[in-house]
Amino acid sequence: MRTCGATPGGPSLDGIDLTKQTVIQGVILKEGENDSVPNGAPVTNGHVRLLDATGEFTAEVPTNQEGQFRFFAAPGAWTLVVQAPGARVEQVLIAAQGVPTDLVIHI
Amino acid sequence: MSRETSLVTADWVAQNLNNPSVAIVEVDEDTTLYAQGHIENAITFHWREDLQDGLIRDLVSKEKFEALLSKSGISNDTTVVLYGGNNNWFATYAFWYFKVYGHADVRLLDGGRKRWELDARPFVTEVPTRTATRYVAKERDNSIRAFRDEVVAAIGTKNIVDVRSPAEFSGELAAPAHLPQEGGQIKGHIPTAKNIPWSKAANEDGTFKSDAELKEIYQGAGVDLSVDTIAYCRIGERSAFSWFVLHELLSVNNVKNYDGSWTEYGSLVGVPVAVGA
Repeated sequence: MRTCGATPGGPSLDGIDLTKQTVIQGVILKEGENDSVPNGAPVTNGHVRLLDATGEFTAEVPTNQEGQFRFFAAPGAWTLVVQAPGARVEQVLIAAQGVPTDLVIHI
Repeated sequence: MSRETSLVTADWVAQNLNNPSVAIVEVDEDTTLYAQGHIENAITFHWREDLQDGLIRDLVSKEKFEALLSKSGISNDTTVVLYGGNNNWFATYAFWYFKVYGHADVRLLDGGRKRWELDARPFVTEVPTRTATRYVAKERDNSIRAFRDEVVAAIGTKNIVDVRSPAEFSGELAAPAHLPQEGGQIKGHIPTAKNIPWSKAANEDGTFKSDAELKEIYQGAGVDLSVDTIAYCRIGERSAFSWFVLHELLSVNNVKNYDGSWTEYGSLVGVPVAVGA
């Protein structure tokens, strides 16, 4: 979820031609007992899969050491499925070319 | 060629971490994964640096393959267990590659890195040392490898299975969505190919579906497996995954992996191309 005022959490976009790419990215955070948005700990052993509008698998990446992920998709509706030990979260989104979709997802 | 001889579970690997007759090999596209942590006593091959010729586009020569395995401490009678990230894409590519060079006992860890991680099984960073061997490979077995002329001739006559995502098949995307959408190829697919994404064969945790489910995926898509089949994707690794399903799990002999795949076919001059679903 990207809430108003939250700091987008994906990797740096330096060097990416956003006029040509439809970027979907973000960070996966795990809620600790004393954590509140956006102070969760990065999930470094997560897997994020991208499903198309029909629910078909399109791609999957592991989260990096900062809990981040990135996809280069096409404009339209997509679903992210986040998996980590003991957790599974889905996130529906609309992606657009030129404006990166940058998410903070809590599990 | 069966689930019993080609696939091992995470429990089996956990029980054979220190078995000297077993070599566990991680094969990835992302070399940083192994350095971050890997299964205890696993060594690593990089699918490009270790398994591609580098000068021409081809597998490494028989002599280079022998040198790689020899220095890695793998003998002709070693049980090689492959695993990796990306739902085992590059591990199954390596499996197919080991079969091309005739290795006797090669197996795949069901679910690869992902299932291991989701089970919260341990990773280590120590790199093991294995005593060097003198490995002797066989001549390449091209009965499991398709080349471009054969693929063009197969249009309308053999089964051609495009295992990429529907968006790549239709021409909407040029590459899997974790990669930048660039590349010199035009977009689309080989005419008469059926789109049966590799992912249909896998559960969400990366393990393979049951044999009955796997058969239904192909039969349900109208693929007559008594006819010769060629699988392709973008660079031949996802199609190696589907080749593994057909050739190893379902014991279908007449299946080839077209490792030139779309990066070759989509660059050929004058060959027919189809777009749309």
